[in-house]
Parts: sequence; structure tokens; C-alpha cells
Amino acid sequence: MTDQDRPQYQQLLARKVEVVNVGLEGFVKDLRDCDIGVVHVDWKPSAGGDPQMAALLAKLGV
Amino acid sequence: MKLIEDANQHALTRILEGEPRLIDIVPARQLIPGLRERMILHAGPPISWDRMCGPMRGAVAGAIVFEGWAQDLPTATKLAASGEIEFHPNHHFGAVGPMTGMTTMSMPLFVVENARFSNRAYCAINEGLGKVMRFGGNDASVLKRLAWLRDVFGPTLGEAIRAAGGIDLKSIVARGLSMGDELHQRNLACSSVFLREIAPWMARTSTENAVLAECLAFIGQNDQFFLNIAMAMGKAITDPANGIRGSTIVTTMCRNGTDFGIRVSGLGEQWFTAPVEMPEGLYFAGYSEKDANPDMGDSAIVETIGLGGFAMAAAPAVAGFVGAGAPSEAGNFTRSMGEITVAQNPEWTIAAMDFAGVPTGIDIRLVVDSGVVPVINTGIAHREPGIGQVGAGVVKAPLACFQQAIVAIAKDLGVS
Repeated sequence: MTDQDRPQYQQLLARKVEVVNVGLEGFVKDLRDCDIGVVHVDWKPSAGGDPQMAALLAKLGV
Repeated sequence: MKLIEDANQHALTRILEGEPRLIDIVPARQLIPGLRERMILHAGPPISWDRMCGPMRGAVAGAIVFEGWAQDLPTATKLAASGEIEFHPNHHFGAVGPMTGMTTMSMPLFVVENARFSNRAYCAINEGLGKVMRFGGNDASVLKRLAWLRDVFGPTLGEAIRAAGGIDLKSIVARGLSMGDELHQRNLACSSVFLREIAPWMARTSTENAVLAECLAFIGQNDQFFLNIAMAMGKAITDPANGIRGSTIVTTMCRNGTDFGIRVSGLGEQWFTAPVEMPEGLYFAGYSEKDANPDMGDSAIVETIGLGGFAMAAAPAVAGFVGAGAPSEAGNFTRSMGEITVAQNPEWTIAAMDFAGVPTGIDIRLVVDSGVVPVINTGIAHREPGIGQVGAGVVKAPLACFQQAIVAIAKDLGVS
């Protein structure tokens, strides 16, 4: 089976993996322990995930 | 929303264009027309006697004896509890006060004038370290020092300030930031620069060498002397930015030992309060968290203009002093506060941040959106009245204040 025959996700994992981790920082350590390069993006949902507050903020221009 | 963006730009411009000058020291009753007998101004948002914390009650009792409304502390406490004493926030009268923030009619106050907008703000003189009224101290030594400030130091320094034609404050702050001050828990550089500027004028105007020496020593021995001047400066800078419809910029942050309160430009005089948090920090020998009182004071006005915790990167030594981590981590506080502010102040820069300006203009939208709340560098008072300072630390503003303000401004602007 050539690389082109494999499903796309398997092709991805056949090469050296670089990860962008968004949100929960706990995953970063596990990946680094496996010697996988990780860039962490410190992201949280708007207003801590409160939908009403997030909706208000969206209207107020955040 | 364009209305908000325009209003915020307007508020920010008014903050940045402030031209604060220390112009005088005057007894409070001459500055604040509404301040009368049996009336006490305190730090933080409005609070009644029954909800006041221990140090606040101790300071109130001391202030009552100081003004001669009662002969001793037990009688003063009964008087305060009887309802015969009026309590109001300093902020309602153009004033601010550190920790308990006592302001009564005979106390001498710094007068800071914002020449750009012709408004004035006031703050009492810093009493120094040890047992002091701002931390709830109220014994004879505390009252004796307050009497000396009223009768000797205030008039002496006031005369020198007038003779000097006032003292420009922005330039002192700029120099202090470059010398390791963040203007809340470290004022050593600014106090020293101030002393360097005012000492020749004190020498020119003073008629008694012994008094002059005593007054110079009082300033020179108090690393936090400049804090109260910086607080009046903060109030003079933020007041003109209040009352701009639609603006989501914070114009007041303060605490009374029970509640934390904020005011927002677009919502004028309205308070948004939540229970104040306990500072996290380091304690003096013999004290621990169990001795601490929840945070208090109007001094968070310096954070409101981008100093204190917001300027932590300028003062790495403070990060260690207040238990906020290694000096190398000080920049993280300033960077974090940059996430909830709309601009940097180009006149107040931090060398360690490649001369970035201090984060300025707290936007309640950014606070609630990110969950990042303002950090405030603070002193820690003992929870019992009369003991004083037991440590220093960092306290976070409660998110609930900002959430309430978001709901209120949305309602005011017809957004639902």
C-alpha cells in the first residue's frame, strides 16, 4: 500500500507530527512527554461559556 | 458597536490627557463643602456600620475620638453603632483614602488639580508604617501622629507646595516607573524624587529648623509616602472620564473590607459590587492568613490608571514582596492586564517591556469575555481593629462586578 492509498488521517500520522493544542492545557504535557512538538493556544470560550453573557458581549461588540 | 468604540476612545483620551499637579494641602472641611460634624468618609463603595469589617470599625472609632465627638474609643464605638454618625464613600466627595480610608473634617488632604479639565481630587497624608489608622489602628500614638500631621506637617508641606507653584506628578511617576516603582506597593523612587523636588521649597518656607528637620525626616523615612499623592492623582485623572454614555471603561475600583466596587464611565455614579476577596501574599513574622482581613482601600485607583499590579513589570522586586512569584514573572502580570485594557499610556513606560506603556483603560467587555480580572497589589490588614498591617499581597477584582456592569450597560443601550 502506498502513502496515496492510505486514508488521509493515516498519511498525517505517517509523518512527524506537530500539534497545535487549543484550550485545555492538560494535553500539552502528554504530547511533550511523547517528544511531540506542541504549540499551545490559550483559549477559553467567551464569558466562560455563559451563553447569555456571550450573546450580550457579541452585541456590545467584543 | 460604534457608539461604544467612540465613547471608549473619548474616555481614554480624557484619561491620557490628564495633567495632574499637586497644588496644596488643606483641611478637609475647607475642600469638601458637604463634610460636616459627625460625618465620616470611608474607602470603597457605600457601607453601613453593621456590615463594616473590624479594621474599618477600629478606624471609625479612632476618627471619632480624633475629631472630639467622643472622649474615648468605647464611647466612640457606641456612637458609631447608634446611627448618629453619617458614613459615605470618599468617592462621592472627590476624595480617596488608602485601606480604611478615613476622611474627617479636620484632616489635612493633598489637593491634586487636573489642569486639563480643571477638576480636583483629594487624599489624606500617608501616616507611615506601623500602627496607623489606615490599617485600623486607633490608640493614642495613632491619634497623636494624626494631630501632628494636622497641626505641623500639613501646614508646613502645604506652604512649600504653594511656594513651588505646585508639583507636576506625571513626570515623577514616569521616573519612578524607570526606577523600580509600580506605585502601589513600591513608592520608594517616587517618594525620593518628590522629596528631592520639595525639600528646597520646604527649606525656603520653614521658619524653624527643628520642624523642618522633623518634616523632612517624616517623608524620608516613609517609602510609601508618595502613594497617597498618586491616589489623589488617579482620582483627578479618572473623574473627567466618568459619565460618557456608552463607554465601557472602568473609572473606579475600590473596596471597603466587605465589598469590592467598580464604577463604569457609561454608567456614571452607579456602583457594581460583590464580596471582596482575600489577598494572597506574604505575612510579617508571627502572622498568617488566619489573621488577615479581606482587602480594602480606595488605592485600587492606581490600578484603574494602569499602575500598581498593572505595572508589575516595572517593579520585579514587588512581585517577590507581595508573593506573586519570581521577579522574572512580573512581566506576566502586566502582559495579562494588557488583555483587558484598550491602550497603553505612552507617557508611562516600562523599560523591562521594551518601553511599552502601562496597560490603560480597563474595558468591562474584555474582562467578562476573557475571564481575566484586574490584579491589585495591596497591603493586608489584621482582621481585628487596632493592630495594623500584617502582610502584603495581590488580590483579584471579583468578576461578578464586571458581569453586573455588562448587563446594566446593555440595558442602558437598549441591547438585550
